[in-house]
Amino acid sequence: MKELMLGNKAVARGLYEAGVAVASSYPGTPSTETTEEAAKFEEIYCEWAPNEKVAMETAFGASRAGKRSYCAMKHVGLNVAADPLFTMSYTGVNAGMVILVADDPGMHSSQNEQDSRHYAIAAKMPMLEPADSQEAKDFVIEAYDISEQFDTPVLIKMCTRVAHSQSVVELGERADIPVKPYVKDAGKYVMVPANAKRRHPIVEERTRKLVAFAEESSLNRVEEGTDNSMGIITSSTSYQYVKEVFGDKYPVLKIGLINPLPEQKIKDFAAKVDKLVVVEELDPIIETHCKTLGLEVTGKDIFPLIDEFSQGLIATKLGLPEKPACKPIEGLPGRPPAMCAGCPHRGMFYVLSKNKITVMGDIGCYTLGATPPLCAIDTTECMGASISSLHGFNTALGADAEKNTVAVIGDSTFMHSGMTGLANIAYNQTNSTVIILDNSITGMTGHQQNPTTGFNLRGDPAGKIDLEALVRAMGINRVRVVDPYNLAEAEQAVKEELAAEEPSVIISRRPCALLKKVKRGEPIQVNPDKCKSCKACMKLGCPAISFKDGHAKVDVTQCFGCKVCSELCKFGAFETLNGEAITW
Amino acid sequence: MVTSIMIVGVGGQGSLLASKLLGRAAMDKGYDVKVSEVHGMSQRGGSVVTYVKFGDKVNSPIIDKGEADYIISFELLEAARYVQFLKPGGQIVTNSQQIDPMPVIAGTAEYPTGLIEKMEAAGAKVDAIDALTIAEQAGSSKATNIVLMGVFSKYISEISKEEWVKAVEASVPAKFLELNMKAFEMGLAAE
Repeated sequence: MKELMLGNKAVARGLYEAGVAVASSYPGTPSTETTEEAAKFEEIYCEWAPNEKVAMETAFGASRAGKRSYCAMKHVGLNVAADPLFTMSYTGVNAGMVILVADDPGMHSSQNEQDSRHYAIAAKMPMLEPADSQEAKDFVIEAYDISEQFDTPVLIKMCTRVAHSQSVVELGERADIPVKPYVKDAGKYVMVPANAKRRHPIVEERTRKLVAFAEESSLNRVEEGTDNSMGIITSSTSYQYVKEVFGDKYPVLKIGLINPLPEQKIKDFAAKVDKLVVVEELDPIIETHCKTLGLEVTGKDIFPLIDEFSQGLIATKLGLPEKPACKPIEGLPGRPPAMCAGCPHRGMFYVLSKNKITVMGDIGCYTLGATPPLCAIDTTECMGASISSLHGFNTALGADAEKNTVAVIGDSTFMHSGMTGLANIAYNQTNSTVIILDNSITGMTGHQQNPTTGFNLRGDPAGKIDLEALVRAMGINRVRVVDPYNLAEAEQAVKEELAAEEPSVIISRRPCALLKKVKRGEPIQVNPDKCKSCKACMKLGCPAISFKDGHAKVDVTQCFGCKVCSELCKFGAFETLNGEAITW
Repeated sequence: MVTSIMIVGVGGQGSLLASKLLGRAAMDKGYDVKVSEVHGMSQRGGSVVTYVKFGDKVNSPIIDKGEADYIISFELLEAARYVQFLKPGGQIVTNSQQIDPMPVIAGTAEYPTGLIEKMEAAGAKVDAIDALTIAEQAGSSKATNIVLMGVFSKYISEISKEEWVKAVEASVPAKFLELNMKAFEMGLAAE
């Protein structure tokens, strides 16, 4: 049976067919759907872990226990999980274990453009790189065989265009994989120096064996062409672009096992073509390998190190003309993403912006608080950095900064990496003010549950961490909860906690407006006779409010009925659709 | 031979369902199909693009400048934004609805006028239709995407009406099937 499948769904299908029993992940675009789709199979236990490190260690525990396991993350998530990654390479596995990492060239939804293939090389771990949905499924299944044959976790590297493209997949049956009994083996699993010294040579020997495997494996295949004046080595989505441009004209060495790379296979391929070209997004991994083999190669001298590729880019860089096209229309206004109408973050960002507070930001939907007109966020780096960098900022500048600087972090991000930063504040005592933007969900990645929501990945009731109790237990005495729809309350809390002579946490609590369980309020409107055109309401950057014909106007199809705009109007111009005054 | 279709709009307008429907109809017809979507931050009211390609053999999942046979747009400005992806003489099927982007809301830019004429001057054929109003008449503004697919279906002679209907049935939840079938029919009948 065939099905049109998202690359990430095909990964999940591969997990099912490979007999995987346990999956633990942290959501991150473009990796999230692999775990969500796997959860649709009753045979696979799936969970959201608080962060990628925990997810990877959980999957590792399941592998050690004897069941095939899986974890998934986006590229930056692998940074968080790098610690276990490097040592799991030494211990190896019991049952097969696969770690999926999804890169985001072009940064459709990411804060950097790192190339995860470096991790496979650095951790000396095999990495497979599928180029479409069928390969995504097939490679997952093969990855488990490699994992068990070579006693190592195996990385699968996706990218946005493979993860979020649909193509046709042939479905297979689930394999019946018996549990491998756990056997105590300190020499393999206790990585104290003496044991690790014995394991490291095993890792190097394993890599030698994997190189031999890479020479023979059909994961790396040569597709013959009709014109040997050029030969192209490529992988992942770049392979599709190469085939789109040249069809079967030039021979192609399509790499599926990106680490370790074959040597003789590449030399043999190079020997039969006049000119060797490597087409790969981001960093020159294959190209560098070719150069260490002493081969002359065209790569990053013509192809960019930045952004994702396309067939048009490859064609023009290799000397083909641009395709005729309709002419672009110049001067169109952009359409950047914006916080949704009714977004609970908006009220808090308005308060911070109005009071000209320096704001250390974090990763999530609320990063959009940095965009005009609110421009409320000063910094964004990585998960949890808001809180720890606030402590550093305040440590450096003392009271001057403490009275005017906050961190903002979402509930899921706080669980992921915020707690340790807060522990540092509680321990080393800066008078820092942390605002947890608790919208009761992981928003940006598409509404995943987290340890504070009370529900598990499948939406069933689960343990629920009480944020107030947690931060109090960590030693923060000043903890208060505010409703960000209530601007006066939110502003008072921010002012008082900034003035306080001790660390404090404000929990700005209101569920995400896009959650199904959240009921829309009644939309409101502007009475043009009362509107004095002061544009105070426009400072919110609400997509439902625009300024037309000299007055503010509410788009009732978009209005969520949060009424935050009405709090800013000194003239009472906002009213219900029946023309009545707004009440609370 | 590959047919390349871009579906563009504003995040949250339902382009994922439209691409699912189109991909399903093409696959059921026996074509090789690729659909490429972008999830994540741009879905928050930003400009979103989905590529659908079908034919005997599809390699690249994306569409580059000068490659699209069709653009289906859920919003007028978004149709204009991607016109250079269209082959000269390619067809645009667009909702005439206008949604102000943040720079217009914030007052730093004007919503452009004369967009249909500009698209035609750029070399495109344009079929603009008030799909939102038709969807409301069908029962819900949420069916705007299906109305547009009904309009678009007229341009794809390879797929019959019965095959489109089958794809709608397979792509939407049962409780919304009646609404969506009505929306599709009204789009198909729209002039």
